[in-house]
Amino acid sequence: MPARDPNIRKKDFEQVNCGYTQSEMLKEAKRCLQCQESLCIRGCPVGVDIPGFIKYLTQNDPKQAAIVLRRRNNLPAVCGRVCPQENQCEKFCVLSKRNESISIGNLERYAADASTRDNSNIAINKNGIKIAVIGSGPAGLTCGGELLKIGYDVTVYESLHDVGGVLRYGIPEFRLPKDVLDLELHNLKKLGMKIILNVLIGRTKTIKELFDEGYKAVFIATGAGLPIFPKISGENLNHIYSANEFLVRVNLMHSFDFPSYDTPVYRARNVVVIGGGNTAMDTARTALRLGAENVKLVYRKTEDEIPAREEEQIHAKEEGIEFVTLTSPVKFIGNEKRFVKAVECIKIELANIDSLGRRYFHKVVGSNYIIKADMVVLALGLHPNPILPSLIDGLITDTSGYVITDNSLMTSLPGIFAGGDIIGGTTVIEAMGMGKRAAREIEKYLKR
Amino acid sequence: MYKIISTDEIGPKIKSYEIYAPDIAKNAKAGQFVMLRINDRGERIPLTIAGTNLEKGLVKIIFQELGKTTMQLASLSIGEYIKDFAGPLGHPTEIKKYGTVAAIAGGVGTAEILPIIKELKNLDNKIITIIGARCKDLIILKDELKQCSSSVFFATNDGTYGIKGYVTDVLKKVINKEKVDIIYAVGPVYMMKAISEITRKKNIKTIVSLNPIMLDGAGMCGACRITVNNKTKFACVDGPEFDASLVDWEELVSRLDLFKNFEKIAIDKFKHNRECNCCKK
Repeated sequence: MPARDPNIRKKDFEQVNCGYTQSEMLKEAKRCLQCQESLCIRGCPVGVDIPGFIKYLTQNDPKQAAIVLRRRNNLPAVCGRVCPQENQCEKFCVLSKRNESISIGNLERYAADASTRDNSNIAINKNGIKIAVIGSGPAGLTCGGELLKIGYDVTVYESLHDVGGVLRYGIPEFRLPKDVLDLELHNLKKLGMKIILNVLIGRTKTIKELFDEGYKAVFIATGAGLPIFPKISGENLNHIYSANEFLVRVNLMHSFDFPSYDTPVYRARNVVVIGGGNTAMDTARTALRLGAENVKLVYRKTEDEIPAREEEQIHAKEEGIEFVTLTSPVKFIGNEKRFVKAVECIKIELANIDSLGRRYFHKVVGSNYIIKADMVVLALGLHPNPILPSLIDGLITDTSGYVITDNSLMTSLPGIFAGGDIIGGTTVIEAMGMGKRAAREIEKYLKR
Repeated sequence: MYKIISTDEIGPKIKSYEIYAPDIAKNAKAGQFVMLRINDRGERIPLTIAGTNLEKGLVKIIFQELGKTTMQLASLSIGEYIKDFAGPLGHPTEIKKYGTVAAIAGGVGTAEILPIIKELKNLDNKIITIIGARCKDLIILKDELKQCSSSVFFATNDGTYGIKGYVTDVLKKVINKEKVDIIYAVGPVYMMKAISEITRKKNIKTIVSLNPIMLDGAGMCGACRITVNNKTKFACVDGPEFDASLVDWEELVSRLDLFKNFEKIAIDKFKHNRECNCCKK
């Protein structure tokens, strides 16, 4: 995928990837072998008919391609941008053996972007049965969208003041423009999705109240909303943030435009981001766009272990993010006013590789050193948000707080299903896959 | 959109609003808070729920004009709307029969302690209320406090009402005179900290309601984290009430200063825009 010049793009929040031109799209689509036994589909958590939509693209008919896409995927413009296709559909492409997989994600993005905003081609026989979806992130929106298509009356409850969950507050504009998200939401609303903001189910309204109001099933998709802190000295110094806080300030609250918007964000010079996932990359690149001179990404293992998508790593490096691998923070050091001024780190080395090829690391005693920083962002992952699970009598969670579900994604309570990060998912598409499965299971449950 | 149903100026730059939010009114309990955002460009701020009217579906908030958002909130009138209003958030106060309760509040903290006192009194606790303010005018809700307390003491910095001094001066006398089973304190951090220092020595359980900076208010960001018993806690999810003797007060004080400079910029801009015609679009 062609991308904008790193030296220009690192100064703004415009999209990094340019998207295919028509001729690039046609060239790529025509490479598809249209295999009879389409392995690529097996790699897709929501089972998109990949050769089917690509076929329409070869005929230069993105609208028909999008109709095929949307049959299985309620958020194709999002997935075309943020799915780790290299580990999913593209990995199973027969051409991957020659390292020439079809760029399915880029084609998906082209079709979704070029498609009409009109969903009227989907005829729905409404059954009037009410379903409540809790959380408007990828799992909730997908589940809700699927249920709408088969006739259910879906209401999505969101605790924040805007829709989309991590797609809104987490993933930055330069990777997923919010007008792309808004377009997908527009399509879902057109299908009949009702979205109620500012409602924290469990507190504003209980699950029991939902059933009393006539909802026949509930899907919990509240996400993994409790950032992990490393439990080391100085972690609560000023200008040490969780990645969630930093990204919420920028993406949801528009703090980059302070004081036009009221929410502030600190524009640091020397930023240290701890972590190696996609969130760490998003955080580092956002800090750069806010004007940081120097952004270091501190990761405890080697680049081989970094969990972020390769594309994100490449983009981050092109923009000037410095990767400091085999390094772990030991403590944070503050000035007299308790603002962070440095991170004390320790070096890590590869200790052992076992017979299964697993690599073990350990700290190098005495290798402590200091990295100067006036802001630190911790991208160490999230625990499941405990609020709703703790307020539902009889709902069983595991020791980490994840909601336990059976094979049908039903929780310990009848009629209450759960999916996405609250049951241990990790990616947007995984959450969407669970949302889709939950919709089928809810249908089965209600028809039993 | 959440409609402002009533407004009342209950002190200098202290206002009491009732907001139409029936779902919140139905489920709100003493000690909980709401997150509000005035408009699309607004910030999210927490405010403690000062009371509810179940029949009419109203939630009462009481606030002092201190920052940009509270100044802007104060400029709204009956019939106008607040864009976002979410709650009730945080754990409710643990209401049970303790025996004798000393309830201490400073400034607008009075609005927050009142619903707690009311519920504690319903369970036949003896309530000794101690209210502190800079001067007489800043003492709010006097009559309501008297209604639900066995005795009410006031302390003002300048002696214009009650004793001249601080709530801690009153507290010391009270605990020397009788056995107090638990203390609830809501107010400025330095006040809660000073109370904690006294009661820790006397081994009296003291619960404080903390007010760190919040962003989402439901555990997602950790902006409100504090150290309690040497562990990082989130005030929004784990609190807002904590055992005062375990709180790292120095850290809380420093974290409240995080965006001081930004707040000044926002206030200056708000005041300028309010006064200057060429800025009004």
